[in-house]
Amino acid sequence: MSPELLAAEDIGEPAVNILIFAAFVVVTLVIVLRVSRRKAGASEFYAGGRNFTGPQNGVALAGDYLSAASFLGIAGAIALYGYDGFLYSIGFLVAWLVALLLVAELLRNTGRFTMADVLSFRLAQRPVRAAAGLSTLIVTFFYLLAQMAGAGGLVALLLGVDSKTGQGFVIAIVGVLMIAYVLIGGMRGTTWVQIIKAALLIIGAAVMVVWVLAKYGFNISDLLGASVDKAGKTGPQLLDPGAQYGKSSLTKLDFLSLGLALVLGTAGLPHVLMRFYTVPSAKEARRSVIWAIWLIGIFYLFTLILGFGAGALVGPKAIAAAPGKANSAAPLLAFELGGTVLLGLIAAVAFATILAVVAGLTITASASFAHDVYNNVIKRGEVTSEGEVRVARVTAVVIGIIAIIGGILANGQNIAFLVALAFAIAASANLPTIVFSLFWRRFNTRGALFSIYGGLLSCLVLIAFSPVVSGKPANPATGKSPSMFTDPSVDFHWFGLDNPGIVTIPLSFLLAIIGTLSSRDRSTAEKAAEMEVRSLTGAGAEQAVAAH
Amino acid sequence: MSTSMRGPDPIPPTSGVDHPVGSYQEVADSPEFEALRRTFRRFVFPMSALFLAWYLLFVLLSIYATDFMGTKVIGNIHLGLIIGLLQFLSTFIITTVYARWADRKFDPAAAELARRVHLTGDAR
Repeated sequence: MSPELLAAEDIGEPAVNILIFAAFVVVTLVIVLRVSRRKAGASEFYAGGRNFTGPQNGVALAGDYLSAASFLGIAGAIALYGYDGFLYSIGFLVAWLVALLLVAELLRNTGRFTMADVLSFRLAQRPVRAAAGLSTLIVTFFYLLAQMAGAGGLVALLLGVDSKTGQGFVIAIVGVLMIAYVLIGGMRGTTWVQIIKAALLIIGAAVMVVWVLAKYGFNISDLLGASVDKAGKTGPQLLDPGAQYGKSSLTKLDFLSLGLALVLGTAGLPHVLMRFYTVPSAKEARRSVIWAIWLIGIFYLFTLILGFGAGALVGPKAIAAAPGKANSAAPLLAFELGGTVLLGLIAAVAFATILAVVAGLTITASASFAHDVYNNVIKRGEVTSEGEVRVARVTAVVIGIIAIIGGILANGQNIAFLVALAFAIAASANLPTIVFSLFWRRFNTRGALFSIYGGLLSCLVLIAFSPVVSGKPANPATGKSPSMFTDPSVDFHWFGLDNPGIVTIPLSFLLAIIGTLSSRDRSTAEKAAEMEVRSLTGAGAEQAVAAH
Repeated sequence: MSTSMRGPDPIPPTSGVDHPVGSYQEVADSPEFEALRRTFRRFVFPMSALFLAWYLLFVLLSIYATDFMGTKVIGNIHLGLIIGLLQFLSTFIITTVYARWADRKFDPAAAELARRVHLTGDAR
């Protein structure tokens, strides 16, 4: 059967895909049940008792980070656009050096559960915590939406569910499972799900990489040549940058903007930062980032081969015509290589990926709401650890329901843009305050509030009036605009770039400086000294909960 | 435990860590801490500037020097791919260099300081 024909029909055997995925769900649920502690205090529920080792947390970090957008999305982007797809993976990887050198260890030494713990350490508690909590919830929401929306497209391709209602039903199942993981397992259970998923994902990708390379005698030049030949007229530009972003000076600027957001966003992602609290010390936090960098780096090298492999063996035309478009490149390649069984395995891994990342995001958002907003802002820190966890559990259910509804509404939206948006907000609203509060003694409350709210607001406004939301030229074939408003007559955009990072990131750094210098407030010297000493020496850092 | 961190702390301390109030200020002002801080910043700041500049150079080359990036090297492997792979290599190298530096130079210095100023707790 030719790939063109395949793409038009459902590929593989939906029953096999469902069976393998169900096996994953059963196995992970049993593990989550076994590891979970029945009476969970805050340290247990949010940070898994801080008992994970560096390598364990490193694998879990990789699991959190290698979301459906980066596995399916990057492989697909490389298959369709060649070199330009590769650029994403480089930004996503280099970004980890910011976390390694400037953030991870210092954060572990000074915080307890959430990103806001560190941001509000030596500044005015309630206003800064409220701001940091809000930006945590917004970043996490966009990231969550991207994962849920991605699930819909994947379902169409892998389970043969074509109707929007059917896809909505599957999105709801994903949401319910995720709530179950979080409620039963807390951070400990979620971490184990991430570890299992990351191992499956990396092993599955490795098998496919060896398989693809074997087809081309382990000669990468031949593989690249085959993908160029398969693409036909547009083939030669796959090997060089520019296929996607080289069209005009505006798209070039857009790529620079995206590149900035990618490299500076990772160290401001609340669900990544929260993982540093699951280990017993800063040294283990360092080890976990080192593990994550190696695993993520190797995985992105795999996606390079998988992307060009899909381009060479399946072909960009067949991929673009498949139900999930670019996201279907990796599954189609799996089917081409190993038939129904390999497709079933890769499909199950892709679902597991969405499920695990969504669970990680949910626990982050519920922790931030319960710990930052409810306990510290509303109740002024008077709630007990158990009371806080009760609120966090209820929040997890609410967030799960919002994610299901949002995912159903966002079904079919471009997931890469939602993720890029989350990175842009994280880089603008979170990173300047994290960096300044760790490294600039003079930094104060007004600086933090200017930077967080300024970064948030400028990102949201520029996105709302960008071509992503309205006004992209209509596709002549369908008459629909690729913007969020598909009706080409709706056009209220005035900002030319898809990604706001190039404006909002420098702006929020600047706002932090202006806010700080324009206020005479110098944050108590004592608190600043405490934060500095603790962050570097680890004195007074949160301890692991004794195993029981 | 961070009882001094933000007012009433709802969670009972899980370990017997305590510190005399005001001691952090003394440590922060001490020449030993100043030296530790300088050691840390002298490593991470230049290294961060280096990898950010190198990444930015790569992005700018990919956007504005496409002909240069398209130089053929071996078969279908172009210069752009090699420079991209060098980004992976440099990331791995910086990670390894930092890990060795932190284990050998920074951790002992931080532990020594924590010991000398009698700070209890997890002093790495």
